[in-house]
Amino acid sequence: MKFALVGQPNCGKSTLFNQVAGYKAETGNFSGTTVAFTESQVRVMGEVVEIVDLPGCYSLRGTNPAEQEAARYLSSCDINAVIDVADASHLASALELTLELLSLNKPMILALNMMDEAARLGLHINGPALQTELGIPVLPLVASKGRGVKGLFSKALEAGNNPNGKVQQARREDSNDAITRHALAMEIAQKFTTQGERRTSWQDRLDDLLLHPFWGYAVLLIVLLGFFEAVYGLGQLIESPILAFFNHLTSILLSPLSQGSFFYEVALGVMQGIAAGVAIVLPYLLPFLFGLGVLEDVGYLPRIAFLMDAFMHRIGLHGKAIVPFILGYGCNVPAVMSTRTLEEPRDRYMAAALATLVPCAARLAVVFGLVAFYLGPLAAFALYIFNLLVIALTGRILSSLNPENTPGLILEMPSYRMPTFKNIFAKAWFRVREFVVEAWPILIVGSAVLAGLDYFHIASIFNWLIRPLTWVMGLPAQVGVPLIFGILRKELSLVMLGQALGTTNFASALSTTQMVTYATFVMFYVPCLATLSVLRRELGTRAMFSVAALTVVIGLVAALLARGVAIIL
Amino acid sequence: MTNEIKMTLLDAPQEVWLRVIEFKDKDLQDKLAGHGLFIGDRLRVLREAPLSGPFMIDLNGRQIALGRKVVKNILVETV
Repeated sequence: MKFALVGQPNCGKSTLFNQVAGYKAETGNFSGTTVAFTESQVRVMGEVVEIVDLPGCYSLRGTNPAEQEAARYLSSCDINAVIDVADASHLASALELTLELLSLNKPMILALNMMDEAARLGLHINGPALQTELGIPVLPLVASKGRGVKGLFSKALEAGNNPNGKVQQARREDSNDAITRHALAMEIAQKFTTQGERRTSWQDRLDDLLLHPFWGYAVLLIVLLGFFEAVYGLGQLIESPILAFFNHLTSILLSPLSQGSFFYEVALGVMQGIAAGVAIVLPYLLPFLFGLGVLEDVGYLPRIAFLMDAFMHRIGLHGKAIVPFILGYGCNVPAVMSTRTLEEPRDRYMAAALATLVPCAARLAVVFGLVAFYLGPLAAFALYIFNLLVIALTGRILSSLNPENTPGLILEMPSYRMPTFKNIFAKAWFRVREFVVEAWPILIVGSAVLAGLDYFHIASIFNWLIRPLTWVMGLPAQVGVPLIFGILRKELSLVMLGQALGTTNFASALSTTQMVTYATFVMFYVPCLATLSVLRRELGTRAMFSVAALTVVIGLVAALLARGVAIIL
Repeated sequence: MTNEIKMTLLDAPQEVWLRVIEFKDKDLQDKLAGHGLFIGDRLRVLREAPLSGPFMIDLNGRQIALGRKVVKNILVETV
């Protein structure tokens, strides 16, 4: 038994999916969070069923790759029932897709999601009458709170088990093209919806502030600055005691081994890898992911897109491309994937190339662990501003080579929603788990391998290979290995730096200028292996290599610039 | 009717109900159809972002941000 969740962007498909499958799909309060489908097996009333969460689409005609993906899946795969998730607060628009889905002639259920939101807007939908009109079961749902989920799936099971009870198709013949469907959807929505009193307009008043020509930007700056300070403040509070604890633990655990022996060095490398993982995840990554989760779920990101559209045009993109940039601060992999919601291939390449220049959480650890820790939060903040300038400049240069030819921004503003702790926590855990499961073991092994290389003096070969680059930047030769391993995982450029320099007190081995230069180069040069592979998948091998080469050049120029500034200061 | 004024959405005043009468660009027409905006629809401009930023329109209670390039290719008349 297989169910497909279909619906327009930001109608809550993934929220519904996560309610039954546990947190497996990324969610966020803006269009296009889901760009590929996620599948999961769940147990519904004792029966094991497979559920597919498809990317949001306004129609099945496929105006962007995410929509094409959904349409392709629906037409090619064997699905027992389609669960059409509709945003009840925007029924007319949602019904357009419903009418299109009806023509697939598959058992189908309409789930009217966000009934709470509709009620707040004073909308009353006559569900039973709508059910008769469409000829399919219509059920109310508040997916974010888990209300109506059970009833929905048992109904879906019923529909799937009874393939002969297909849609009555009362409306099929007169809804073949988009314009008729549009008119028909509007007519049906009007017929079965009564508009009562809007309970509050606090959402409008909030928009008056957050989208204000002056205050909107002031708030944006405060929000981002506050976010940054909070992550740094929390991180700093926790990092030192954790590292102190691990140093103590290491000296106890390693005391039976004789210092300087091969096993001692490797064991030390392992311990440093473990410590680095804990010191990266707990202090900086967790607060960052919690904060990002809140911003996403509240619905602030599309507002940022609205505010930033004019600026984005100056770097040759439009406001919608702000999403990859913001996601990029968490991880470049989803950032590159989210460029799928952009219509033009040229925009996708530009947005992906620029998004890989955004310092992800792993690079944040390098910047914070090196620059903020030794030079203060302001220096780190300055580096982030510098990063934005470099991205803007790169965008300008790229778009002058390949001018913008896009129809411009078309972006739906979602309503503000109160994030639920459960969802924020699950989302943060979903992202942290990826780090713990995939990156941490590599960190530990990488750290141990480097210790081994160091013991046999093999590391110097890597250092020698990359020496021209480190020499130009005025960095010690030993940083070559951490830079090369940093391509595997960005965290390695910090973890292995400790290994390579023989101390975790970086101030004793690197000058202020060197720290700034190193951190700047790490911020830009070659994205990590995971990002490279997703670049290849989304844009092709040539694009992957061109982005990698581009980032090395940018990294080098930026690092030299930063070095110059640091020397002057 | 004489009291109906035709203009591009770019020139339209805020908070006034308008009806879409034409899209100047066929590609754009398809794109907007994908977002549920068709000829004949009623909409109004809610606000615009500074520095030639996008317009926010109200379409059946949905709020949609439209960039300048989009807005200047939509012909509307007052309702």
